[in-house]
Amino acid sequence: MLTEIIISGFGGQGALFAGKCLAYSAMMKDVEISWLPSYGPEMRGGTANCSVCLSDEPIGSPLVTEPDILIAMNDPSVDKFINSVKSGGMVFVDSSLATSKITRKDIEVFRLSASQLAEEKKLGGMGNIVLLGKAIKECGKMLFGIDAKTLQETFAKIIPAKRAALIEKNSAALALGANI
Amino acid sequence: MEKVLMKGNEALAEAAMRAGCKCFFGYPITPQTEISAYLAKNMAKRGGVFLQAESEVAAINMVLGAASAGVRAMTSSSSPGISLKSEGVSYIAASDLPCVIVNVQRGGPGLGGIQPSQSDYFQATKALGHGDFQMIVYVPASVQETIDMTYLAFNMADKFRTPVMILSDGLLGQMMEPVVFPTVDVQIPDKPWACCGHENKRSHNIINSLYLQPDILEKSVNERYERYEIIKQTCPMAESDFCEDAEIVVAAFGASARVAKSAVNAARAKGIKAGLFRPQTLVPFPVEQLNKACEKAKVVLSVEMNKGQMVEDLRLALNCRLPVEFFGRHGGIIPSVREVLGQIEQIHERIK
Amino acid sequence: MSVVFDKPHALCDVATHYCPGCTHGIIHRLVAEVIDELQIEGKTVGVCPVGCSVMAYDYFNCDMIEAPHGRAPAVATGVKRAKPDTVVFTYQGDGDLAAIGTCETVHAAARGENITIIFVNNTIYGMTGGQMAPTTIPGQITQTTPYGREPSVQGFPIKVCEMLAQVDGVALAQRVSVDSVPHIREAKNAIRKAFDNQIHKRGFSIVEVLSTCPTNWGLSPEQSLERVRSEMIPYFPLGVYKDAAVWSEKVEG
Repeated sequence: MLTEIIISGFGGQGALFAGKCLAYSAMMKDVEISWLPSYGPEMRGGTANCSVCLSDEPIGSPLVTEPDILIAMNDPSVDKFINSVKSGGMVFVDSSLATSKITRKDIEVFRLSASQLAEEKKLGGMGNIVLLGKAIKECGKMLFGIDAKTLQETFAKIIPAKRAALIEKNSAALALGANI
Repeated sequence: MEKVLMKGNEALAEAAMRAGCKCFFGYPITPQTEISAYLAKNMAKRGGVFLQAESEVAAINMVLGAASAGVRAMTSSSSPGISLKSEGVSYIAASDLPCVIVNVQRGGPGLGGIQPSQSDYFQATKALGHGDFQMIVYVPASVQETIDMTYLAFNMADKFRTPVMILSDGLLGQMMEPVVFPTVDVQIPDKPWACCGHENKRSHNIINSLYLQPDILEKSVNERYERYEIIKQTCPMAESDFCEDAEIVVAAFGASARVAKSAVNAARAKGIKAGLFRPQTLVPFPVEQLNKACEKAKVVLSVEMNKGQMVEDLRLALNCRLPVEFFGRHGGIIPSVREVLGQIEQIHERIK
Repeated sequence: MSVVFDKPHALCDVATHYCPGCTHGIIHRLVAEVIDELQIEGKTVGVCPVGCSVMAYDYFNCDMIEAPHGRAPAVATGVKRAKPDTVVFTYQGDGDLAAIGTCETVHAAARGENITIIFVNNTIYGMTGGQMAPTTIPGQITQTTPYGREPSVQGFPIKVCEMLAQVDGVALAQRVSVDSVPHIREAKNAIRKAFDNQIHKRGFSIVEVLSTCPTNWGLSPEQSLERVRSEMIPYFPLGVYKDAAVWSEKVEG
């Protein structure tokens, strides 16, 4: 099985970080993974995205052109990637920032106002993790059984000790998404 | 051994330190910058030297100096910066100095772009600098292989007293994959030729590339080519997938080999007898391995992120006995699996 | 019988390729005498330029490296950073140091790279047959300024010591000459100071030595020395442009 994911948003929304969390979690589960970021001027406020591949076999192309899962955190991301999502694919949209109409009927779209919800819970800037929480809940098998517990372990591993407060905050954001 | 998730560029930098690299000289350029950043953070802590030079020209000459002094030294850059290093590379080769040069390729020519590319194939394999010389060129296709080849590059550089290039690209440099750092006992050979002070124990060493007498210059180049011959016999590396019965052999290196691998897998799923041939060294070119992989082949398809720069080497290696076709994207565009599969299917229709 | 004059040990016992009357020989000897006196031959690494002194690697008894044109300060940086206990000097001409290698020179200086530079200024490209150098004096006739250097066309000479004196990393910038015995004595003291600075980790030291090129100037050796005095010294005044003591005071407050 090969699951291809694109996570996309404005630079600073944490698209790359969310992808990295997913990749790290997969690594802990001994799943083959690759994480490929867009790079360049995107890093400075434009759109930033990353391709994440999870597989039980060695991964060929790390560049995702037809994702099974799309996490889109703004309109440019929806516009850019929505037509490339595989038929039957899953799409998670931060509706507090992305309002573009999605007309495709062959994909499953989850809209949640992730940034706003995060803001309300004093988890400002963690809309990315809220969306990731929701994606994990809905896509369990496609994500090789990565669950909230795996991601919490990931947070503990990749967030440096001097910013330990963020471990709990990320876990809270994850739970927020998973419970919607 | 513990798996870690790392970017290709950072993994290369870490591997270089573990391989005994003591001096790194660089100059900022995208998309290789993480190599410099990682070494800036870690080199001094581990007893090495990181220095940001005033130019690529200065950086490669600092490498020349450090290599002359007998330590393992490295520089890295991306395409336009590698052009600037070419002067120093020629002098380093001519002075029989070991060092490692990393090119994390981006689109060209000129300032080009900053997205992944393989358009420096000719530069790396044919003439990175003036004069009669060659250098070993490794082309990794994964983050793990980037690590493994970094160790190999330092070892071969010392063994043959030659510059060695690791030809990476923006995709391999930027992507993260789980990797394991091998525990190896780094053996750095004695360098009695080094210029680090004779301590009044030997006559003075001279590191030089100037030979005003033509017969002496010819002799020195010939001696170097005798070493290249041994390199040709012992160093070619390649990987073949599904080539035993393949009628269509897709040849690809580095990042484009990743795409080609997926396309070959997809073609096999459709019952097409396709295989993948992936050179791991471009110099020396894996001629024998290619011919073996192509035993049943009717067509070879070269898939590259350039305008077809490997095609000539494939034809030469096959002595033109098979048609070599080409598909590529360039300018920083990574070919899609669907595009490559389409090419394989077209060829399949034609030859069946 | 007592020995009153001998070849310094740091100089190889070979004939040099320099033209008759050229003062490279004197400058080589001064460098070698200093290396002998400081007893550093065993840990010294010299870096040669491209130009007339390109083959200096055959003349000095210490380890020697031949650098690409203008890159000697970068090569020296590599050696010194790799092996900080070595004593590293470059020996460069005006074309090498002040034209093609200006960038490497200025930045090695700015880093306070702990190396010694012997800069031989004879206002001309000697090895290639007498073309205009970055230090060619206005009005001076060379192969590529056949009507004399015209500042409105070819610009002005670079005064290296004056320029480098402005750079914080420089410990010593001094211009000397080897046209007379007193000047040769002064030159040797400057060269010794430049090596001594390195041994005491004071940073970048450069000694600019005004030198001759009888062949390409079209003058006799004697006339050449006279030209140094009458034309070069007035344009390139001798003296200390920056000194370590002043520099370290500045850094240490």
